[in-house]
Amino acid sequence: MSEIAIKFENISKQYRLGSIGTGTLSHDLKRWWTVKVRGMEDPYLKINQVNDNDSKAGNDYVWALQDIDFEVKQGEVLGIIGKNGAGKSTLLKILSRVTTPTTGQIMARGRIASLLEVGTGFHPEMTGRENIYMNGSIMGMTKLEIKKKFDEIVDFAGVGRYIDTPVKRYSSGMTVRLGFAIAAHLEPEILIVDEVLAVGDAEFQKKAIGKMHDVSQYQGRTVLFVSHNMTAIEQLCSGVMLIDKGKILLTGNTVDVINAYLKTNTIVSGQIIDAMKICNNQIMVESITINESVSNMIEISPKENKLNIKITGKIAEERRMAIEVRFFDQYDHLQMLFSPGHLYGQIKLYKKGNFEMNETIILPDMLTKNEFRLTVDITQPNIEILVSFPNSVKVICKGIQGHTGLEFPATNCGLLMLK
Amino acid sequence: MSTTNKSWDLIIKPHGKLFSLNLKEIWQYRDLLEMYIKRDIVTFYKQTILGPIWFFIQPIFTTIVFMFVFGGLAHIPTDGIPQPLFYLSGITLWNYFSESLTKTSDTFLTNQAIFGKVYFPRLIAPLSVTITGLIKMFIQFLVFVLVYIYFIAKGTHIAPNLYALLFPVLILILAGLTLGFGILISSMTNKYRDLKFLITFVIQLWMYATPVIYPLSVMVGSNKKYMLLIEANPLTSVMETFKFGFLGQGTFSWFALGYSLLFSIIVLLLGIVVFNRVERSFMDVI
Repeated sequence: MSEIAIKFENISKQYRLGSIGTGTLSHDLKRWWTVKVRGMEDPYLKINQVNDNDSKAGNDYVWALQDIDFEVKQGEVLGIIGKNGAGKSTLLKILSRVTTPTTGQIMARGRIASLLEVGTGFHPEMTGRENIYMNGSIMGMTKLEIKKKFDEIVDFAGVGRYIDTPVKRYSSGMTVRLGFAIAAHLEPEILIVDEVLAVGDAEFQKKAIGKMHDVSQYQGRTVLFVSHNMTAIEQLCSGVMLIDKGKILLTGNTVDVINAYLKTNTIVSGQIIDAMKICNNQIMVESITINESVSNMIEISPKENKLNIKITGKIAEERRMAIEVRFFDQYDHLQMLFSPGHLYGQIKLYKKGNFEMNETIILPDMLTKNEFRLTVDITQPNIEILVSFPNSVKVICKGIQGHTGLEFPATNCGLLMLK
Repeated sequence: MSTTNKSWDLIIKPHGKLFSLNLKEIWQYRDLLEMYIKRDIVTFYKQTILGPIWFFIQPIFTTIVFMFVFGGLAHIPTDGIPQPLFYLSGITLWNYFSESLTKTSDTFLTNQAIFGKVYFPRLIAPLSVTITGLIKMFIQFLVFVLVYIYFIAKGTHIAPNLYALLFPVLILILAGLTLGFGILISSMTNKYRDLKFLITFVIQLWMYATPVIYPLSVMVGSNKKYMLLIEANPLTSVMETFKFGFLGQGTFSWFALGYSLLFSIIVLLLGIVVFNRVERSFMDVI
């Protein structure tokens, strides 16, 4: 069991930003001239640019991955987490040989199959049967293997009746199920899974997670699993790796790494208005306060469980507007919504010029010790979002205490204590 | 880091060798090659009434058009060979070349979605197009044979000779040229897409530089200034040898055929080298 299945050695990947086409020939020539002809170091490789999506890089080359160095043991289910653009998918792409690393090497034992997107390579004109063979062989199965698994695949996908119908007549759900069924019945030693669970309905997701569990637990296969779904990661993975800006930040025990990741996701203290995103230029926001404070760190206690939101600004023409607030918990799950416009159906009309919005949210009085992140939106309900303050406020909820002074943390009590 | 590399099944490195054909891997994926070919042939006539008959109709229609335009209107001679036979022989070979070349030169663009998700030897895709084309050509060759038998039965004077046995060699030369040029162009269109538009024109012009609608002997007599171009064209000797062998008319020289064969091999090798360079990093470029 302790045999190493995959070994990454100093993997780095460099991308060129901007358009590729015009002007590249000269760059290519220059690069070729310095590296191959004059035997010097690659001038474009020396630049130590990190993968930072926010600041506009002054240079055209960027490192999507840098010095990735780790090993995966056979039978391990390794979760890979990180923000969007951290380099997770690039890493999997290199491993599945879709693209090459710029430096370093990967060594692996056994066949690698990737489940990057189900249903890849389906031909709409061909029948389900033909597509199973086609897709299976794209994934690297031989005809004989597919033949053996054929009935199982059809069963799992639940498309028995339609197996000789062209795939273009399938519903989207059927297509996805068939795609996953084929991929799930591949028998590679190493399976790469990237966000597949994002598709399909709840029942299908359950089936998919169950299948992945079987594959790793009972068949001893190595799985690399990229997902933003922390619950799925926690359920499936025996270890987790956190990637940030193209580098490995942390590897280790699933719960620890997930918690560390969620902490990096928290809000840095500042003003709420800093997070403002204007979606409609007919509106200008001058100030936003919660409980008469401009700060984005709010503490509430069972005695003080109100949030009073005040927004002032200007509008170019008269319009109906309302405030919407979404409460996300530490696991990034949406837990509560405040939307008086939807709830009461009364949306206030604001006149052209200066406006002041004022809403008070009354929170349940039995909240547990918890933290929420708020997304505050000014909307025209059912029509559009005018201004958004995504992830702009951190609400620290002290939570109720029992008669003995006992605290009730949300992690083992849930959102509310019941009376 | 001193683990012996031999115990690993797979080593992924930044750059492969300049020339690595890796036939073993292609052999491992032979089922995929078969599926690709099957797919191309089956989907060709899906949702048509006439089905596979279209394979036959295509060359017949083109022949009729050629007979009308080049034979009837332009009065281009056919070396005394009955027009249907003359055009059909040219079309059968030329169609294979032009169709397969157009398709292979699009390899990376059409397969972008699959190539971006799954790994398999990329050469499978252009290879399958070339082989599918070959199958289509054999079907169309049957049409040629039928018309051929008809004219012989009618008593038309046709003098086939032993050079007709060179047919497999001609096919190999043609397939090599198609695949070689195709992967060469596809590797380049990947980065500079201008070529994609250019290639359609080039193929059109190429046909006129190949003895498809005229016999080489006509050109020798009337258009000497183009002869150099026509003789440099590796397809010329393929066309002429075919007509010489089956129809007994045309120009044949071992030298010209050898030149075409050499040309074909060089293009194919060059294509594989360039394709190998590109296939590994094309996802970052396309």
